[in-house]
Amino acid sequence: MITRLPERWQYRLLLWPLPVLLLLCYVVPFAGIVTWSVTLPELGVDNYARLANDPSIHAVLWRTLYLCTIVGVCALLLAFLMAYCWLYSSSRWQRWVELCIFLPFFISVLVRTFGWLVALRNNGLVNSWLQELGLIDSPLALTRNTLGVIIAMVHFMVPFAFFPLLSSMRQIDDRVLLAARGLGASRLRVFISIFLPQTLPGLLGAFIMVFVFCLGFFIIPAILGGGSTLMAAEYVFLQMFQTYNWGIGAALCVLMLVLVSGLVWLLMRFSRVERLVG
Amino acid sequence: MSQSRIRLERVTKRWDATTAVDGISFDVTPGQFVILLGPSGCGKSTTLRMIAGLEEASDGQIHIGERDVTRLPPGDRGLSMVFQSYALFPHLSVADNIVFGLRSRKVPKDEQRQRLAKVAGLVDLTDYLHRKPAQLSGGQRQRVALARSIISEHPICLMDEPLSNLDARLRSDMRREIKALQSRLNMTVIYVTHDQVEAMSMGDRVILMQHGKIVQDGTPDELYNRPASAFAASFIGSPAMNLLPLEAGKEGAVIVGEPHTPVAPLEAVGGQLGIRPEDIALSTTSTTGVPAMVVSDEYLGADTIAHVTVGNHNVRVRMSGKHALAGQPCRLYWARENAHLFAADGLRRDDLTPTPLPRSPHSIPRPPVVGSFQH
Repeated sequence: MITRLPERWQYRLLLWPLPVLLLLCYVVPFAGIVTWSVTLPELGVDNYARLANDPSIHAVLWRTLYLCTIVGVCALLLAFLMAYCWLYSSSRWQRWVELCIFLPFFISVLVRTFGWLVALRNNGLVNSWLQELGLIDSPLALTRNTLGVIIAMVHFMVPFAFFPLLSSMRQIDDRVLLAARGLGASRLRVFISIFLPQTLPGLLGAFIMVFVFCLGFFIIPAILGGGSTLMAAEYVFLQMFQTYNWGIGAALCVLMLVLVSGLVWLLMRFSRVERLVG
Repeated sequence: MSQSRIRLERVTKRWDATTAVDGISFDVTPGQFVILLGPSGCGKSTTLRMIAGLEEASDGQIHIGERDVTRLPPGDRGLSMVFQSYALFPHLSVADNIVFGLRSRKVPKDEQRQRLAKVAGLVDLTDYLHRKPAQLSGGQRQRVALARSIISEHPICLMDEPLSNLDARLRSDMRREIKALQSRLNMTVIYVTHDQVEAMSMGDRVILMQHGKIVQDGTPDELYNRPASAFAASFIGSPAMNLLPLEAGKEGAVIVGEPHTPVAPLEAVGGQLGIRPEDIALSTTSTTGVPAMVVSDEYLGADTIAHVTVGNHNVRVRMSGKHALAGQPCRLYWARENAHLFAADGLRRDDLTPTPLPRSPHSIPRPPVVGSFQH
């Protein structure tokens, strides 16, 4: 006769694939990365000392944080507007907004990046239209610079900001807004002191998600930045595959992971706040 | 106090093809507690929202005091409002919820604090000011909503089904609390509800609406005793008034299916006879009155509702005490002044008097009139 496990263990058994997968595909390789960062080229914390002192690495890190912040803010703004429109439009318009969100979502990021390249390069769609309309004389520099990278990254990130924002907006009771109007608040004041604060958990969550995603971006800066916009992920790639400085690449990876973990911890805290407020 | 007079003139609200409120007019005098009563979709909430300024009237005028406020934004109308869902701000504390309106109107901080303390005492919330709405019970949330409204010290308060989310016992407590608060602060209140018990127990005046129009506008007493239409008759009172269609008999109008007892003059044919369950006396021993058969009885504690058939129709009779009469033949009797006649279009007919039924030789016990509305 089989001895029965306590009930909670029966359920826990169902969860085993997840920790095993994490262990094999994540923890073990990451342990390897950590080992590299302190053993290559020789045992010690030299790599971390370089991270702390090398101005070129600082430049890459600051550029990464700065770009991620700008992309996060722009994506959030656009997604906020779209979610707001979705919330207050007829169901037919809602379908259109959804289409605009979902369609790019299903297309590979590589295809979309080349799409942007076609649209934004010097003799691309945007520049030739603007020239034919007579708005500009010489083509605008939209690729091989930070602007192109930002445009493409924002486009990629809007859906990731849209859904958390929409879900926090949908939790807001219309009658509460009406009550605020009835108490004498102007439309602007209702938006600022009643609507906006209630979307705050959604805004924070969406921002952190977009930010964390951006930190690891590789393809878009590589293709649209044309080497001029070196971000952390591309820098790691260069160290690993072109200059074979595995140690410094690994150390940067560890640093990024610490940063992301900190941000995810923040996200968890705020999602708890969200439950408190609701 | 004349700035708390509210006057509506042919106010209409249309959405595309549908007319939600159809040219209604009424005049509320200061200090009155007026109930807008009606089934859902009758336009009562829309009317209230137009008075509040949350919906714009398609047509007609709304005056508050001496001013025409038809096109004014809600903040400039000098009134406050309490909502069905309480509509508290979930991210603000009780205190911030209550003073939100004062902040919107830029009342000085000191005065805000004084008024908050006063109002919180009034609705018994002083110990809860730092909590969030999610940490309060239903009754406490309702009191926050009330406090948020009365702190404005506007002489007019509009209430949109404020008690419908509460359980029955709390509702009866809150009914009395609201009524007491209204008379203490001498507020003019317009109160929307579909609950006839609230209407009868709280209102100085009840405006009954149906399909965007006013069916009857009067005191609770008038609505109960002289319903203006068959709809008003069936909406007020529980169980509802019995409405029996009339056809021509030999000596006058008779209840369809019961040709032997004339109950009204011939001119009433085609209309309906209305009698309240509590106005009917049922006797199993009497030999006069309308013959009927008891189908079932519902014992409710203080009284029993007997379901009887007269002709082809079911009639409810309320008797005090406990009775087990199912399956027995019986006779029904009602006094002439308790019978109401309605024309084919549903309107009350006062030009005709119902035919008196032959008096029963027995004295029939009648239920007390008091308590008719209590559940």
